[in-house]
Amino acid sequence: MSAKNKEPYQQAYYPPVPTGFTKHMRTSLPWQLWRFLVINFKIFRLLGKSHK
Amino acid sequence: MARILILGAGISGHTAARYLGKWLGKKHEIIVVSPNEKWNWIPSNIWVGVGQMTEEEVTFDLAPVYKKINVAFRQARAMSIHPEGGPNSDKPYVTVEYTLPEREGETETIGYDYLINATGPKLNYGATPGLGPDAGYTTSVCTPAHALHANEELQKQIAAMKQGEERTLVIGTGHGMCTCQGAAFEYVYNVDHTLREEGVREKARIRWISNEYELGDFGMGGVHITRGGYVTNGKVFAESLMVERGIEWIVRAAVKRVEAGKIHYEMLDGSEHTLDFDFAMLIPPFAGQPLKAYDRAETDITSEVFAPNGFMKVDGDYTPRPYDEWSKDDWPKTYRTPRYPNVFAIGIAFAPPHLISKPMQSPNGTPINPAPPRTGMPSATIGKAVAENIRDILERGATELTHTASMAEMGAACVASTGSHIFKGTAATMTVYPVVPDYETYPEYGRDMDLTFGEIGLAGHWMKYILHHVFMYQAKLRPGWSILPE
Repeated sequence: MSAKNKEPYQQAYYPPVPTGFTKHMRTSLPWQLWRFLVINFKIFRLLGKSHK
Repeated sequence: MARILILGAGISGHTAARYLGKWLGKKHEIIVVSPNEKWNWIPSNIWVGVGQMTEEEVTFDLAPVYKKINVAFRQARAMSIHPEGGPNSDKPYVTVEYTLPEREGETETIGYDYLINATGPKLNYGATPGLGPDAGYTTSVCTPAHALHANEELQKQIAAMKQGEERTLVIGTGHGMCTCQGAAFEYVYNVDHTLREEGVREKARIRWISNEYELGDFGMGGVHITRGGYVTNGKVFAESLMVERGIEWIVRAAVKRVEAGKIHYEMLDGSEHTLDFDFAMLIPPFAGQPLKAYDRAETDITSEVFAPNGFMKVDGDYTPRPYDEWSKDDWPKTYRTPRYPNVFAIGIAFAPPHLISKPMQSPNGTPINPAPPRTGMPSATIGKAVAENIRDILERGATELTHTASMAEMGAACVASTGSHIFKGTAATMTVYPVVPDYETYPEYGRDMDLTFGEIGLAGHWMKYILHHVFMYQAKLRPGWSILPE
C-alpha cells in the first residue's frame, strides 16, 4: 500500500504543531509544577493590577 | 439607614451583594432581586455540558447564603425602573414581578436609595431563526439547564458513533454579533476530549464556526503573546490547538438561520453557505434585559437610560468615533449612570462604548464582528469596585468615587480545561492584560506582554480545577471568603 500524500495549502497545513518534546513537557510533573507556580504568580499580579 | 437594591445575582451582582452585605449588612438594608433561586458558576457549565459535572456542583440556593450577611432576597424579575419616583412620591423605585412559584406573576414596587443594575444578558436566541434549545435546533451551555440538555444530545451522538455511524458536530457562535467565544472555545475542546475518552473521535467531524475575523480574537481584537522565541499572535496559538485536535474552523461567519440539521451562514465577503450538522452548540448573541425606565411624570425614558441594545449607559464616552480614534478613556470607570448618581450598572448589564475588535460588515451590510467580552473576572472586579464606592459614600461620607474598574485597566483569564484526572487532564490557559488595548502605556502591542500569555499543560488544568472550588467556596460565603482573590 502506497503512502498517502499530505495535501498542501489546506487549513491544517500552516499552523505550528507541537513536537514530541513539547507534548512531553505539557505533562511533565516537575515542569508543570514550576509552570503552576509561575501561572499563579502572574494571575495574582494580573488580579492585583485589576483592582484599583 | 439606606436601602441598596441589586437587580440580578450573577457573577457581578452576587459579588456586589457579598461585599455590601459584609460591610453594610448590619447598618443598612440590602435587597437582591433575581428571577433565579440559585446562583450558578457559569464557567463550569462547560463541564456540565459534557457530563463531567452535575448541575448541583455548579449551583446553590441563594436565599440561605444571603441570610448569613443580612441581605434580603426576592425571587423576582425586574420590570421597570423609576429613578425619579412617581406622581405621588419622589422616592425612586423599581417594579418587580415574582417568579417564586408561590407568588408567580405578583408585582411589587421596591424603593431604593442606591440601585445596582446587574441584570446580565438576555440570551437573544430570537435574533437568529432556529437558534437555541427552546425553539430551535441547537444546544447551548449558557445556563445549567441548557448545559444538561447539551450533554443529553451529545451522549445521543456518542451512542450513535459507538454503533459505527459518523457524525458532524458544530460548535461556535450563532450570530454575527456574538460575544463569549471563550465559552465555545472551551466547549469544543471538552467535546473533542470526551469523544476521545469514549473511543469514537475518528467517527466525528468537529467544526468550529465563529464571527471572529481570525481564530483567537475573542472579542478583544486578538492578542499577541511570546512563544518559542517570537512574539506571535493568539491566532497562531488557537489554530495550533485546532490542528492538533483535528478540528476544522470557519471564521468571519454570521449564522443567519438554522433548520433541522443545517446551518445557513454568511461570510464577510458576502457569500452565503450552508453547513450540515448532527449536533450543534452555538452561543447566542446577548442583549440587555427588557427593562423599561420612566421619569417622575411616567414618561418613557428607556432610550435615554439604555443603549439601543438594551444595556445601561454609564460613565463611558458613547460618542460614535472611527476605530482609529478609539481610546482607553472611552471605557467606563465607576459604572455610575450620568443622569442618576445613585444608579450603577455592572457586569454584562452596562453598555460598552464600542467594540474592542475592529467593526466589520459584509457587502450586504451584515455586521460580522465579536462584541466585547464582560463575563467572569471583569464582572467580579466591576461588582467589587461599585460595592466599595457605595460603602465609602455611606460609611465614610465620600463625595467622589475613588474605586475604578475600567476594562482598559483590568485583566482576564480563559482556561479551557479538559478531563477530570489530575495527571491526565490538560488545559489551554490564556490571560490578557488589559482587556481593552492600551497603546498609550504599551505602544507596541497595546498589552502587558508579561501578563498576556498562553500556554498548554497540566498546570492550567490544576488551576481551573482549583478556581472552580475556590469560587464556589467564596460565593457560598464560607469562612474566610473575603480574603480570597476575586
